Amino acid sequence: MKKMKSLKVTELTWDELPIAGIVPEPATSLAYKTGSWRGGFKPVINQEKCTRCMKCWLFCPDMAVLVSKEGDNLRLDINYEFCKGCGICEKECPVDAIEMVRE
Amino acid sequence: MGEIVGMTGDESIAHAVKLCDPDVIAAYPITPQTIMVERLADFVYDGELDSEFIPVESEHSAMSCCYGSSIAGARVFTASASQGIALMFEILFIVSNARLPVVMGVANRALSAPINIHAGLEDQLVCRDTGWISIFCHDCQSAYDTTIMAFKIAEDKEVSLPLMYGIDAFIISHALEGVETLEKREVEDFLPPRDPLYVLDPDDPISVGSLALQDSYYELKYAQEQVMINSMKTIKKVQEEFGELTGRYYNVINTYYAEDADVILVTQGAITGTARTVVDRYRRQGKKLGLAQVHVYRPFPEKELRDALKGAKVAATIDRSITFGAPGPILYSDVKVTTSNGGPIIQGFIAGLGGRDVRIEDIAKVADRAFETAKTGEEPSKISWVGVRGVEF
Repeated sequence: MKKMKSLKVTELTWDELPIAGIVPEPATSLAYKTGSWRGGFKPVINQEKCTRCMKCWLFCPDMAVLVSKEGDNLRLDINYEFCKGCGICEKECPVDAIEMVRE
Repeated sequence: MGEIVGMTGDESIAHAVKLCDPDVIAAYPITPQTIMVERLADFVYDGELDSEFIPVESEHSAMSCCYGSSIAGARVFTASASQGIALMFEILFIVSNARLPVVMGVANRALSAPINIHAGLEDQLVCRDTGWISIFCHDCQSAYDTTIMAFKIAEDKEVSLPLMYGIDAFIISHALEGVETLEKREVEDFLPPRDPLYVLDPDDPISVGSLALQDSYYELKYAQEQVMINSMKTIKKVQEEFGELTGRYYNVINTYYAEDADVILVTQGAITGTARTVVDRYRRQGKKLGLAQVHVYRPFPEKELRDALKGAKVAATIDRSITFGAPGPILYSDVKVTTSNGGPIIQGFIAGLGGRDVRIEDIAKVADRAFETAKTGEEPSKISWVGVRGVEF
């Protein structure tokens, strides 16, 4: 399919929008930074307390928990470009390692 | 050219669909469309037609299956009537916005309640806002021919819109007429394989059915309307090509003795045939009566209708439908708006709801009323109901 001239639809006129309102290419959600939806609080992980149980990764509805390697251990971080600040991770964390802090 | 075969309206549609070789048929049987679905199921079961036949549990599912199959690139047919169309109503809008050339045969039946299985065009007329191309046929031959043209119009890349076409319940759907058939080879030459605008393909992923809010819905509807308006060109082109193939030429407005007429009857569907007989009788008496049949209803052939009506003093619209509390019934309103910048007086009549017989005498009386209006030049103040017990018209 022909790609969109811009992923910002407000920059497109009626005849530049994709046919039938389809999204003609994959993974366009990556360009849509939903982190701006947060309402004033963001989750912060206390790396000292975190046991890497992965519950926050499992429960996050926006796949906004990043997993990386730190030496032999895993490390969990929040992807603030996509975290909407719902607070589910704070609620689910069994060791109170996540706190919603005012931005 | 094929032979002439005796077929009902439903059968003629089923046989024509078979020649068009759809990939998917998803339909739920409902009187009086049932025979379309039964025959197609027979063809598939007997191995005469290589289609995926999906015996769905409702019309909502039927139209949903059509949506999915069509997005996958399939040629798709369904059929329904009355309550069935009411049940698939929400999906009709989704199919048209997605630019999917689903073709639907309709046996136009009055809507419940009270329950009634006979003729009424409301079921298809109320779909006027759904974004489907809409055509009304007047006999079994036009049902057969329109089926074959329907796929070609709908699937044309300039169009790529769904299309519904109707035949009056029982009056056409169950009436046996001689139908001049086509051969498979002729239809194959006329109707190329579907070449979709877009298709769901894992190797070239796209998303369909996305949200479009204040930032883009408006532009998308404008785009959809441009496609609908432009489809008129393709409709006429396909009618012309079909005429060259078969010698049977259709027009978006089919006229009969309209050129020099003082009064023109404006009709849709089966009433057209009866109205022709009335025109013949009046012409033999030297009365200048003509006929304009609104064959293609969406997109509405404004220019062609204005041309057809331009010399007349009065155009009498006959609606086999009712829209409650409106300034006038549906066909009347469209004709009235179309001629609002000049043209004949438009006199509105409602007739034949629930399959009530519309006889030659009834249409003659409509014509007489319109001739009276032509004489006085005074526009009637209300819509007349033909033959309602207890009401003079």
